[in-house]
Amino acid sequence: MKKAIPSEKTEDIELRLLLEALYCGYHYDFRNYAMASLKRRLRQAREQLGFATLSALQESLLHDPATLPRLIGYLTVQVSEMFRDPAYFRAIREKLVPHLRTYPSLKIWVAGCSGGEEVYSLAILFREEGLETRTQFYATDINHEALARAEAGLFALDQLQLFTENHRKSGGKSSLSDYYSAAYGRASFDRSLRRRVVFSDHSLVTDAVFGEMHLVSCRNVLIYFDRTLQDRAIGLFKDSLVRKGFLGLGAKETLRFSPHAGAFADFVREERIYQRRAE
Amino acid sequence: MTKIPPQAVVIGASAGALEALTTILPALPADFLLPLMIVVHMPSDSPSALTELLQARCRIRVREAEDKEPLSGATAYFAPPDYHLLVEAGGHLSLSNDEPVLYSRPSIDVLFESAADAYGPAVVAIVLSGTNRDGAVGLKAVVEAGGMAIVQTPQEAFAAAMPEAAKAMCPGARVLSLRDIAAYLQKVGSQP
Ligand SMILES: C[S@@+](CC[C@H](N)C(=O)[O-])C[C@H]1O[C@@H](n2cnc3c(N)ncnc32)[C@H](O)[C@@H]1O
Repeated sequence: MKKAIPSEKTEDIELRLLLEALYCGYHYDFRNYAMASLKRRLRQAREQLGFATLSALQESLLHDPATLPRLIGYLTVQVSEMFRDPAYFRAIREKLVPHLRTYPSLKIWVAGCSGGEEVYSLAILFREEGLETRTQFYATDINHEALARAEAGLFALDQLQLFTENHRKSGGKSSLSDYYSAAYGRASFDRSLRRRVVFSDHSLVTDAVFGEMHLVSCRNVLIYFDRTLQDRAIGLFKDSLVRKGFLGLGAKETLRFSPHAGAFADFVREERIYQRRAE
Repeated sequence: MTKIPPQAVVIGASAGALEALTTILPALPADFLLPLMIVVHMPSDSPSALTELLQARCRIRVREAEDKEPLSGATAYFAPPDYHLLVEAGGHLSLSNDEPVLYSRPSIDVLFESAADAYGPAVVAIVLSGTNRDGAVGLKAVVEAGGMAIVQTPQEAFAAAMPEAAKAMCPGARVLSLRDIAAYLQKVGSQP
């Protein structure tokens, strides 16, 4: 007779089943995310939402509509800053802008935009460089709550000192305080910055290309994917970019291990900015 | 001693890390069989200094970890400043930007817990000198998965708090001097 002990660790089985439920029930596909940190966040969700096991969490996910958004909140990491890694934005300003100026109109895609920190940074930078009015920004994410925050343009006031410092280090030509007003402990960013931004729900795992981009900025999203998913996402970026268009990744992300690496050339190597090859 | 031969080593250190690591890592031979993953708490603006310093003294390769990098033996992978370092079941590395744990990013607990998941009993985890209690919870996870837990002798450590905390949480951990830790690694990481 077989022993009544599962051959795989019980928690690992539960984890796979939970991700399957999330996919079958709601079309959120986390099955190929980098497992180590996903597991950690799921354990955290289980504890903090008060379930004894991942199976119990799964039951709630399938039967209680309130569970889904809370779980998504745990599964998607929302850590972000305006002008995060100022040297990246400085490179865009100094090295990319001269190229971008040569186009009469521009499309920029911020993939995995979280609460909007990155796309507002780019909107400010483009305004400072006189490119804003010819630009259409697309800011996408799978976390609806984050998208709603991004559209509202509200940020915690205690972060503004860091944002201001980052903006300055990025070569900012204006004062960040020109773009927001403080109200109720929050910084409310100027509505006009959103005029040229479309926020939308788009998953790098399950959705397709939606336009021809001159710059795709996808930072600190790919590290949460396994290699298969990274390849899919990078393929999407490749297919989205115009010839000689640019792809910017996070400080610790690289095309080095990707089969699509050959389609790109280093543009600003230290800042992980790549250029789509012409052929 | 673990019955299952170890496949990886994870190390955590904070204040006093340089001194401790310069005793251990240079003792390892160029054909050391295992990968080592290392979290050191350090200010985020002095990134590569530590790896360069150590590389100059070591026969194994010493470098900053890259996301999704496959692991090889005779290599020490350091968590980059401001990122958690985790190891995946398939034998490659992941970085993450998740919130700091116990005010630390990188976090020793995060690395150790991922190693306990990925390797079960086939991992050696070592807590070295430091002033906080990062690593204690992670070391416990390693013990529970059947792995080998080692703590630097607190009296010998530059800062005793971290090894003390780890010892308190894992009473069964082996308490060894830096020299003995180096000798132990030489033994488990060489051809049988
Ligand atoms: C750590 S934040 C990065 C925010 C910003 N890009 C930055 O670098 O500061 C990661 C974001 O990726 C989003 N994300 C996760 N999976 C995604 C997917 N499959 N498609 C699009 N966005 C995703 C998360 O919801 C989260 O907002």
